[in-house]
Amino acid sequence: MVGLFSKNFFVGFLVLILMALAPFFVTTHWVIILTEIIIMSLFAMSFNLLFGYTGLLSFGQAGFFGVGAYVSALTLTHLSSSFWVCLPVGIVGGMLFALVIGWFCVRLDEIYFAILTLGFGMMLFTLAHNWLSVTGGSDGLTIASMPVLSIFGHKIELFNPKFFYWVSLTVVSLGIIFLRQIVKSPFGLLLTATRENSQRVSFVGQNVRTVRLVAFTIAGSLAGMAGVLFALFNRIASPEMLHWSFSGKAVLMTILGGSSVFLGPAVGTAVFFVLEHFITSYTTNWMIFLGAILVILVLAFPQGVLGTLATFFSKLNGGRNSD
Amino acid sequence: MEGFLINVLNGLSWGMLLFLISMGLTTVFGVMGVLNFAHGSLFMLGAYISMQLTRWISSFWLGLIFAPIIVAILAIIIERFLLRPVYGRDVSFQLLLTFGVMLFLDDGVRLIWGPAHHLVNPPDVLSGVFPVFDQTYPVYRLFLIAMGPAIGIILWAFFSYSRYGKIIRAAAMDREMAEIIGVRAPILFTAVFAFGAWLAGLGGALAAPHQSVGPAIGEHIIIESFIVVVIGGMGSFPGAFVGALILGLLGSFGATMAPNFQMALPYILLAIVLLTRPRGIFGEES
Amino acid sequence: MTETPLLEIKNLHKNFGKFQALKGVSLTVPNGRLTALIGPNGAGKTTFYNVVSGRYKPSSGHVYFCGEDVSGTATHKLVGMGLLRSFQITNIFPDLTVLENVLTPVIIHNGKSFSMLRSLKRRSDFKEQAEKILDMVGLAPFSNKVASTLAYGDKRLIEIAIVLARKPKLILLDEPTAGMNPEETDRIINLIKELAAKSGATFFITEHDMKVVFSIAERIFVLNQGTPLAEGTPDEIRSNQAVREAYLGGSLDAKGV
Repeated sequence: MVGLFSKNFFVGFLVLILMALAPFFVTTHWVIILTEIIIMSLFAMSFNLLFGYTGLLSFGQAGFFGVGAYVSALTLTHLSSSFWVCLPVGIVGGMLFALVIGWFCVRLDEIYFAILTLGFGMMLFTLAHNWLSVTGGSDGLTIASMPVLSIFGHKIELFNPKFFYWVSLTVVSLGIIFLRQIVKSPFGLLLTATRENSQRVSFVGQNVRTVRLVAFTIAGSLAGMAGVLFALFNRIASPEMLHWSFSGKAVLMTILGGSSVFLGPAVGTAVFFVLEHFITSYTTNWMIFLGAILVILVLAFPQGVLGTLATFFSKLNGGRNSD
Repeated sequence: MEGFLINVLNGLSWGMLLFLISMGLTTVFGVMGVLNFAHGSLFMLGAYISMQLTRWISSFWLGLIFAPIIVAILAIIIERFLLRPVYGRDVSFQLLLTFGVMLFLDDGVRLIWGPAHHLVNPPDVLSGVFPVFDQTYPVYRLFLIAMGPAIGIILWAFFSYSRYGKIIRAAAMDREMAEIIGVRAPILFTAVFAFGAWLAGLGGALAAPHQSVGPAIGEHIIIESFIVVVIGGMGSFPGAFVGALILGLLGSFGATMAPNFQMALPYILLAIVLLTRPRGIFGEES
Repeated sequence: MTETPLLEIKNLHKNFGKFQALKGVSLTVPNGRLTALIGPNGAGKTTFYNVVSGRYKPSSGHVYFCGEDVSGTATHKLVGMGLLRSFQITNIFPDLTVLENVLTPVIIHNGKSFSMLRSLKRRSDFKEQAEKILDMVGLAPFSNKVASTLAYGDKRLIEIAIVLARKPKLILLDEPTAGMNPEETDRIINLIKELAAKSGATFFITEHDMKVVFSIAERIFVLNQGTPLAEGTPDEIRSNQAVREAYLGGSLDAKGV
């Protein structure tokens, strides 16, 4: 019981409270920006389960993100208008696709793994882009009206940006808590061991492919979850959400914040969007800055913003900071 | 029959361009172990620079000569100051670094030349059409089809007979062995990277009259060349040739026969190769 | 009544193309007897270990473990049966703490690799098991240190601890004293003696350092160019003429026979 309410837990709880109160203090414009940051941070965190914790660089996570988006859009159009249906369906969609695709990908190592995930992601992109009758082709699938969310008989108007913000915050927080649980569990240690020395893990009797596949499936499910929210946020599911460059965004945001710290990707997402917001008010060529920042990060601050800070503080405290 | 032939010619002309770019990519990967995300951007720069040079000095041929050189010089700067510091690090970080360079360059051209596509005319001597059965076919594309093997043969001769060529080929096939016999000099890496960039720039300069020049052409071709390199075998020169031809022909035939499916074909082929024979057609067993 | 030997090799051959690495090797390792495999460079010791530990399939011949024919069985299955190998090149988890290095095989051994619902901190049973092993090898004071920061000799101890965590019946120990200075070597020798008595595992070691072999082995097998040359107690091997000749100019004369 003693370890349950650690320092980290309190900090996280505080952040959560602050974020929940945010809509009372900022303009609607910023509520909308924060919503996007929250949703995309789940996407980045799901990517980092693979990259930071398991040592797998996947350029295809957008595929599962997009599956979540499309599956939920299709559900709303054809099946049910309830939020309680379209969210789980999106998660399961991401999970199933990740399970099948992952089964193939975990057979490969390093660069080949990265390229194959990119390949599968682009296959899904092609499917979304060309299957006009089902996916709406390059125009995507519009979501005509937001799903109905009723809790204990009370109907929550998702059309309202504030309410949608709080719902997104809740869903994403649950996802992040789930990730936290995994990372702290015995399985979490197995993931890190696999990253450190996969050969040794196999030599002490654990099939490494299985470990990687489970991680890949979880990451895909959470990406799908984020995809559902993103589709609702934009009122559309579009093929770009599956393109490898969209996967690249998750990579970027993770590296920005730091892949070695649990919340690094979330911080990186925030930094990414804030930077974009400010730089695009001066120039349309913000990718130049993003590219330059990424290069600088890799060269000088490979641990990212949060990672570098974490290392700095742990050095101040002396010795390794156990998370 | 004409349709078939046109498809073949289209496939070959695009395939030859793809071959040039992939040749550079696979050489860099084979010798240095770096998969350069920015390689497509160098191709794109070659196209833009040759376009600009042609505008200034009104000579396509001079542009063809100088554009690749300029791209190679830029590549030397990139390698020396950005890439070299990360050689010892995890492969992922090298990928990320070149990814950042790609973003920078892809948007950079937008800044300098604007987001629109530019049409570049082939030089007079190569413009016009050539009768093929009942139809006509652009002369420039036939020129490309001829250029591909021509450059390929020159490169083959260079790699087979010249001292430096042999060193590079040996290093590409077996990096560890090359290190052991003392070949691993930073100069070699810079030279190889510059060479790969020169090929990409040349490909871009040649491609400019073939397709319009725009900011997205780099991004598009990098994925295709990744696929070519994987299918052909990383570090393999004949592999790059065969792989490029396969993809070129797949593209042109696919576009006419199964347009909806065609986009996915390269990726499906990629997956099949990676899952059955990851070292590629000509790759060495690692 | 003779007890089933822990490990029995019958007429083992291993070829790589035309090259015959192992030619008709037969030996037995009884339960609880510290056994050593020696031979000049190129004798095939590493190949032998690779075959026995499941990395290579035998070209012909049989490997019996606890009486069962395990010829050609995959490594991770053998691990489950209690046959483990410790490597000459230290093969640990560098960025994990010493404790985590040992916790990992403990978790696998308990079949909880995919346990996600409870936090690792709360599993005091795993921690206890891991700490017991660290005690056995003398690494308990380092348990929270990051493995990569330890001295080479201590890293070898982590290596052994990882293997012990799977409660092995047989440990193939590949050149345990390679790269160690005299103090470290003495420490390891004593540790192996202790572990051989306390841990319930039987040690089967290969070594170049003859001093080590003669001081701890109960039984020695000599391999030369893939064929068995001699077997016996340390005294018998020491006085064996054929063995001396095989090593002429090599480590047998150089390292204090």
